[in-house]
This record gives sequence, structure tokens and C-alpha cells, in this order.
Amino acid sequence: MAEIENDSLPILPPAELEEVELYHATNFWTKYVFSQDAKIIAIQYSGVAIAVGLVALVLSSLIRLQLGFPEMFDFITPETYYQFVTMHGMIMVVYLLTALFLGGFGNYLIPLMIGARDMAFPYVNMLSFWIYFLAVLVLVASFFVPGGPTGAGWTLYPPQAILSGTPGGQGLGIILMLLSLALFIIGFTMGGLNYVVTVLQMRTRGMTMMRLPLTVWGIFTATVLALLAFPALLVATVMMLFDRLLETSFFMPSLVEFGDHLSYGGGSPILFQHLFWFFGHPEVYIVALPAFGIVSDLISTHARKNIFGYRMMVWAIVGIGALSFIVWAHHMYVSGMHPYFGFFFATTTLIIAVPTALKVYNWILTLWNGNIHLTTPMLFSLGFIVTFLNGGLTGLFLGNVIVDIPLSDTMFVVAHFHMVMGVAPILVIFGAIYHWYPKVAGRMLDERLGQIHFWVTFVGSYLIFFPMHYIGLVGVPRRYPELGDAAFIPDSVATLNSFISLAAFTVGIAQILFLYNLFRSLRKGQPSGHNPWRATTLEWQTAQTPPGHGNFGPELPLVYRWPYDYSVPGASEDFLAQNDPAQIAKGGSA
Amino acid sequence: MTDTSSAKVTASDNRPKGLSGLVEDWSSDQRAFKNVSWRKAMMWIFLLSDTFIFSIFLLSYMTARMSTKVGWPNASEVFSLHIGHTNFPLLLIAIMTFVLISSSGTMVLAVNYGYRKNRNLTAIMLLVTALLGATFVGMQIFEWTKLISEGVRPWGNPMGAPQFGGIFFMITGFHGTHVSIGVIFLLVMALKVWRGDYDKQTPGYFTSRKGEYECVEIMGLYWHFVDLVWVFIFAFFYLW
Repeated sequence: MAEIENDSLPILPPAELEEVELYHATNFWTKYVFSQDAKIIAIQYSGVAIAVGLVALVLSSLIRLQLGFPEMFDFITPETYYQFVTMHGMIMVVYLLTALFLGGFGNYLIPLMIGARDMAFPYVNMLSFWIYFLAVLVLVASFFVPGGPTGAGWTLYPPQAILSGTPGGQGLGIILMLLSLALFIIGFTMGGLNYVVTVLQMRTRGMTMMRLPLTVWGIFTATVLALLAFPALLVATVMMLFDRLLETSFFMPSLVEFGDHLSYGGGSPILFQHLFWFFGHPEVYIVALPAFGIVSDLISTHARKNIFGYRMMVWAIVGIGALSFIVWAHHMYVSGMHPYFGFFFATTTLIIAVPTALKVYNWILTLWNGNIHLTTPMLFSLGFIVTFLNGGLTGLFLGNVIVDIPLSDTMFVVAHFHMVMGVAPILVIFGAIYHWYPKVAGRMLDERLGQIHFWVTFVGSYLIFFPMHYIGLVGVPRRYPELGDAAFIPDSVATLNSFISLAAFTVGIAQILFLYNLFRSLRKGQPSGHNPWRATTLEWQTAQTPPGHGNFGPELPLVYRWPYDYSVPGASEDFLAQNDPAQIAKGGSA
Repeated sequence: MTDTSSAKVTASDNRPKGLSGLVEDWSSDQRAFKNVSWRKAMMWIFLLSDTFIFSIFLLSYMTARMSTKVGWPNASEVFSLHIGHTNFPLLLIAIMTFVLISSSGTMVLAVNYGYRKNRNLTAIMLLVTALLGATFVGMQIFEWTKLISEGVRPWGNPMGAPQFGGIFFMITGFHGTHVSIGVIFLLVMALKVWRGDYDKQTPGYFTSRKGEYECVEIMGLYWHFVDLVWVFIFAFFYLW
């Protein structure tokens, strides 16, 4: 039986740095609009990301209108359909998921969780948000220009992306898209440098890297990936802008379009695919790693159990991050590359399954014999594990060259990546919002509405994407606005498509419930107190809730233990916060 | 004094050296890089990211050059200066490279005088560095003008593969932009040093952290990086 000793305080190394003066806002504008406080910037990031995500959600409903009920809606032409698909994909992946996980959760949680008063460079942090905001404005502007936004598909593959047959290809659509991406990358780099420096150099006394909550590890590693992967997209963006505006031929082979021989010649479309996926695959993990980290913390807290295999979890995050840079061409098996390349990339891809599976096992072993509270954050976390597992299993199909080739460009692929990097991270985002909202707002979100929201979203997502696997397996191609009468497509596909659409509308409408909950609880929610989940990490130990400017009181917290001391025998509550100096005499872990 | 660079480092004297020192530092609390200020860490990480940008630019260039069907223009002819009656291959570029490398030398002097708190010489060396940088950009403008007058365009040129112009303008332009931004910051920094901002520790605009002579060194990191990138661009464009 472990015992708690309070007599002998553990000795921490002395402070290496004196405290830095904080920037103090003087008026409304510098306090809430051009704010340099990471917490306000986080809320700004999250607000814009969720707003633009709602646009993408509406677009997905329009896609489903067309797929479920083809030829019923005159306002959806093949051109507009492609525009919906493109903008839906791009917004969801880059402007919602990346921005919300890193700009939103990163800004809010990193300084609080590591015991810092703010980011390293608040001014640059503020610039980061406003450039992101500008990128979103440019993106949204493309809906209103003649010809509309680009319809090139979210991968923007040349040569079709800048040809006149593609919506927005010869108009402003593609130009605005590329400009917006370039702006996003510049803005993100500013934020990303901040996150990395803050985690590496600004931890409080006692906070070693191996005492960081896994949330911070996930966001930190994802940021490093982003700083190294986004350059590829930036270069591809610049080169394609040149192709479009200056008629260079980086990506453009010689082409005949509608009888005209275009002035392009000698470029390599495959080069773009390599550049795009060298960004695109790490991007999957830029979205997934923060989700991994957050879900680890949610599970541990809500199951009142320490995380199983903390060190392995950390190394798995780092390992997945490193491996994600050498798997990109598994998106290109049908591009005509050398079979040996396919062999190499299939091998590295399947190796990623090892650390990923390790994480899934560890989550399950964390839950094992835990005191599981089925709160909304826990429900979403469980939903994530199952969904990620399902999406990962179909990833094994697609990672193997020989299985992938017949499945390429079918709805199976759509179902796979929506499960693994659409639904799964979104479930974590919801769970995380339900978990940290009390810290941000000082009030709880309504639990009953949350449970309804979870079940509709979770079951609905499965009703959407499970049938889609089947549709893909019978060979229905993706990116077709309607299927027509193809002999190989059974009638059941049309029925299933209508069914999927109805499920999608239901899930879409259920999100109104979430928004209602979000706004209503601001005023009417139960006051949460400073630590409603009885969690151990530093953000719950602040003097004020929501935390004031500077995060902590006059003294920064001192960290004496790792973040997962739950269900400690003999503790006055069942947990020991990270800044609790109590020592566990024997049989425990600290 | 509240800034990081000047802060006391308590364990610095008896920290182990080498690999075990690295492990020690990374498993310690507070900072993974002891003795490294926030801004220096940030600059290094930015440069790492920027390295990826330039590497990918150069890789794209190599891919284009190797896959194009039309022959690549001959560097020693395209980049030659015609003076009197003789063609001097790579003459201009040799001077440009010499100028830029020299500017790295003056930058080193600026950093050195900065740490000696020699305000005047630091400012002068920064100005000389900026001047050399501006000279480099000026010569690059001359080179561009010459190539354009000879018919090199982003979409084609009379000497060979059409990708030559596009890639050349894109990559040297991207590098030239880096140099130009560097020149602007060097001028601003020279002014700050001249005014004595780093002696009075006036807060910087972007970072709102107190000014220190270490800023000169961080500027130097950026400048040497831009210089190093040029060496690669030089090798791949002019010598290949």
C-alpha cells in the first residue's frame, strides 16, 4: 500500500531565467482584437476555424444532395459540384483541422500546460492569427469572383487545375486558392515557431520533457512536422502560380486543349504530386498527432487511471512523426512510378502501423480496469479510438500496392480518409471542447445536449461512411457528380447513396445542437469551478478560471510529478496535481 | 535585466559534455537548449524550415532539368560577360559571390564588435554588410536585365529548355528577396545600434523583448544562412 508523505519536499533545480515582463493591453483593441495574449488568440483562431468549418459542412451537405438525389437539383451542375468538393476538402483539412488543433488548442494549452505565462513572442503570435484570418478571407473571396472557386479537387493536381475545362482554372478561383494557401503557410510558420520555442525553452521549474502532458507532445511534434512539411506546399504553390500567371512550364506538359495547342511544354505533373504529398502525408499526422495527444489526456482523466506506457506513447508520437516523411508516395501508386518505389513506400507505410497500433493498445490498456466516467469527453474519446481503428484497418488495404490499385479513386478511398482523418480528429475536437470549455468559459457545457450530440454524430458518421466502403468496393469512382447507367454498378448503390445523404443531413443538423450548447452555456451553464474534471495538469490549477493575463498567480507553478497520477491511494482526493509536492512513498509512480 | 540571453545559468559549469550532456539537457526541466535565448532558438528553427524551402526549390530545379527534352542552356555561355572582344564566362557571378561572401566577413566583425559593446564599429560593420548585400542585389538586377534583354523569359528562351528562365528567375528571385529583406533589417539594426538601443535595452518592435547585442548575432545567423544558400544556388545553376 502506497503512502503519501508530506514532510520532505522534493528539491527542484533553481530557476534558470528570471521572469519576463508581460505585454499589457491598454484598451479594448489591444486587449480583445489585436491581442497578444495566447488565450485570446486561441479563441480567435478557434472561432474563425469553426466558422469556416461550418461553410465546409454546408458544402458537404450540397455534395450529398447531388450524390444522394442526382438530377433533382438544378443549381448543382457538374462544375459547382467540383467546386463544392474542392472547397470542402481544402477548408476541412487545412483551414479547420490544422488551424483549430495548432492555432486553437496549441495556443490555449501549450503555455498553460507547461507552466509559462504566454508564448515566447506574443507579437509574432498575433501576426500569425491575422495572416491566417487574411488567408481565410482570400479563400472565401473566391466564392464571389467570376467563375467561382477552383474545382480542381483538394489535391489541385496539374495540369487540369489551371486549364479552362476546370471551374476556376482560367478564372481567379485557382489564383485565390494558391494565394490563400501561401498566406496560410506564412501565418502558420509564425505561430509554429512560437509553439516549438515555447515548449523547448519556456517550461516551468520541474517540468521536464518527459513530464509534459501528451497533449503538448502531440501538438509539439505536429508543429515540427508542419514546419518541415509546409515548405513543400509553399514551393508547389509558388510554382503553380507561375505556371498559371507567367506561363512557365514547371508542372505543365505540352497539351492540346479543345483543339488549341497550348504554349506549355516539358513540365512534370508528377513533380507536383511529389511536392503535394510530401506536404500532404505529414499533414495527415499534423492533424492526427494532436488528436492522439489530446485523447490520451481525456482518457486518462475520465477513466481516473494513469496513462499506460507514457514513454512508449511519447516515442510513438515522435516515431510516427519521423516516419510520416518517408511514406508520401503511397498516395501515388497509380501515377506510373517504378514498382520498386511502390515496394519501398508500401513497406514504410505498413511500418507506421506499429507505433500507431501501440498507441491504440495503450489507450485500451489505460481504460482497462479504469474507473470509466461516461462523460461527453470520454464518449468522444471512445468514439475516436474505434473510428481511428476502423480507418486504420482500411489503411492497410490502401497501403498495399496490389490492393490499392483497384481501389484507387473509388469511394473506398473517400470512406477511408474520412474515417481516419475526418471523423476521428473531429470527434477528438468535440471531446476536447467539452473537456476544456469549463476552463475557457468558467462554465460547463450542458451534459445532456452533449450526449445527444455525441450519439447522433457518432452513429451518424458510421451510417455515412460504412456503406461508402461497400460502394467503393463495387467500383464506384469518386469525384463523379452522378453515376448514370453503368452495368457494373448495382441498383443498391443508388439506394445506399440516398441513405448516406439522409444520414449526412442528420449529422449536419445535429451540429446546430452543439453550437446552441456552446453559446447557451456561456451564460446559463453550470459554474464549473477551477477543476471540474479533477484533472492533474497545470491548466486546471490556475488561480482564476478562466485564467487571467499571465495565466498563473504571482508565482509560476512548480512541477513535482508526471501528469497522470490518478487514483492514488491515500491522496486526499483521488489524484495528485502536477504541482502537488506530495511524495508517494513506495509502490507508486511519480 | 529580465531577458533570457543575459540570464544566469546555474548548472552550466558542471554539466557533462558531449552526448551525455545532450541527454542531460534534454531530460532537464525549463530549457532543452541551455544558454540559448528564445530568439536565437526561434531563428535556428526558422532557418531549418527555410532550408527545406530552398532544398525543395533546388530539387524541383534538378527534376525539371533532368526531365526536360530540350537541352539546358550552357551556363558558361549564358552567364558570360562580353567585355572588349572577349567573353568572360561567370565573371559577373564570380564578383557577386565574392561580394556576398565578403559581406559574411563584415557580418562576423559586426557580431564581434557588438559583443565588445563597440557601438560605432558595430554600426559601421552592419552598414558595410548592408551595403555589400545591396550591391549583390544590384548586380543581380543587372544580370536579370541582361538575360531579359537577351530574350530569356519565364516561359521560354532562345538558348534551350523553356524551364531555364522560369526556374532561374524564381529561385534567384526568392534568394534575392531574402537578401533584400536582410538588407532592410541590417539597416534597421545599424540604426538601433547607432542610437544605442542595445545599450539601453530598448524593447524591439516585433518581439517586445529587451534589445541586446545578441540580436546582432541572430541577424548574423540569418545572413550567413542566406550566404550559404547562395553557395548552393551558385553550384547548381552556374557550375552544373
